[in-house]
Amino acid sequence: MPSVLPSPVLSAHPEHLWREPEPKAAYDVVIVGGGGHGLATAYYLAHEFGIRDVAVLERGWLAGGNMARNTTIIRSNYLAEESAAIYEHALTLWEGLAEALDYDLMFSQRGVLNLAHTPQDVREGIRRVGANRLSGVDAHWLGPEEVAKVCPIVDVSPARRYPVLGATFQPRAGIAKHDHVAWAYARKADAYGVHLIQGCEVTGYVWDGAPGAGGRVVGVETNRGRIGAGTVALAAAGHTSVLAEKAGLRLPLQSHPLQALVSELLEPVHPCVVMSNHVHVYVSQAHKGELVMGAGIDAYNGYGQRGSFHVIEHQMAAALELFPIFARARLLRTWAGIVDVTPDASPIIGKTGVENLYVNCGWGTGGFKATPASGRVYAHTLATGVPHPLAEPFALDRFSTGALIDEHGAAAVAH
Amino acid sequence: MLLIDCPWCGPRDEVEFRYGGQAHVPYPQDPESLGDAQWAEYVFVRDNPKGPFAERWMHAVGCRRWFNVVRDTASYRILAVYRIGEQPPVTVQVGGESAAHGGAGR
Repeated sequence: MPSVLPSPVLSAHPEHLWREPEPKAAYDVVIVGGGGHGLATAYYLAHEFGIRDVAVLERGWLAGGNMARNTTIIRSNYLAEESAAIYEHALTLWEGLAEALDYDLMFSQRGVLNLAHTPQDVREGIRRVGANRLSGVDAHWLGPEEVAKVCPIVDVSPARRYPVLGATFQPRAGIAKHDHVAWAYARKADAYGVHLIQGCEVTGYVWDGAPGAGGRVVGVETNRGRIGAGTVALAAAGHTSVLAEKAGLRLPLQSHPLQALVSELLEPVHPCVVMSNHVHVYVSQAHKGELVMGAGIDAYNGYGQRGSFHVIEHQMAAALELFPIFARARLLRTWAGIVDVTPDASPIIGKTGVENLYVNCGWGTGGFKATPASGRVYAHTLATGVPHPLAEPFALDRFSTGALIDEHGAAAVAH
Repeated sequence: MLLIDCPWCGPRDEVEFRYGGQAHVPYPQDPESLGDAQWAEYVFVRDNPKGPFAERWMHAVGCRRWFNVVRDTASYRILAVYRIGEQPPVTVQVGGESAAHGGAGR
């Protein structure tokens, strides 16, 4: 039975966990994007493959994009085998990550409930529990009374407009402190000699021969000068299309605002993570005490790191449907990240049509939980030139072969 | 929150509309001649510019008609609204370099 842990004292923002190096003329690997995935990639390149001549170029500051804007939910109960495999690999890494990185990540395996409100939700949930078990993911189907035992503040009374008919439950799922995750990866990567370069925006590429698809990239142009690279690895989430276009590539990505919010700080009241695709909200309570709630994406394309307020209103209505107890909780602040969504809601990891240029993108609304696995399989792909087996199904060419990994259609999963 | 000027009904709140993604993506003229990569391009790939973007909206709780909007995806400012079948106003550059891929003007 999950329980709310007493809030540990949060450490202040660390100032000296990594250096502020000037960019060198060239690196073996240049990673574009200093978010969670980029930092994790740098760490695994150095730690597992001995590739330490690496720079992470970040336009703003480290982990200031989606890494600072997600709802920190970690789970692996995806329907498709390929998705379950990579997210379960991530969860397994999460379970040993604090020790591996020698840093407290405040990873709390408090369990996730995915609520079912309609007969179709119930069928989908039971099917997904079966699929999860076949994929080696811990999964249980709970009836409404069992849901109430796991999370007493969810209203499971049948009189609700959208009654809780049951839920899938993954006990090993949970949350972590997102800043700590970024700092831990950054600190270790820095210790291996990786250059973490902030305030460095990639404005173009250096080509060996003709630019564009079929060409060969040998470096990047930045606002801090030209930086040579044996390999250029994009890890830029919502801005991937912008960077790809500079290389003459069009990727099947659309960038959308994804909003989230927190309440004021409250006493521990919510013991796990609750998600509902049908009324569409996902809620946990952070260690510090604020309720953290995520919405669905805004429908329109947007790079503005903000969305429309009606999405927040809808999300609050959903939250109150599930948790009447939240009715008088005050909203503290809302924000948005820019998520890059693919047509099948699965990521794209691997080669592009440009030699030496790799992408790791399309994580859409589900990137945080994948951070360790994303970084590790990407590092493998960059280091060996061959996709990691877990990354192989997520190659760009699936959109022309038709081997989509359709997480939207199959499970309607709010990542 | 966007205030969208429906060409038939006038300015209305965003909640009255449905979004339809990129505008001016014609069905392939000679479908049988397309290879897998070209089909993938048509079915799955759309422009995703940071800046002016020609897109479709539908006034779902009003006239229920589709129309086109040029909106800046960074500032969210609506730069132009025009009817289906019309060209984006020439004063608006749509989609930056990606217009060369067929993003606009058709």
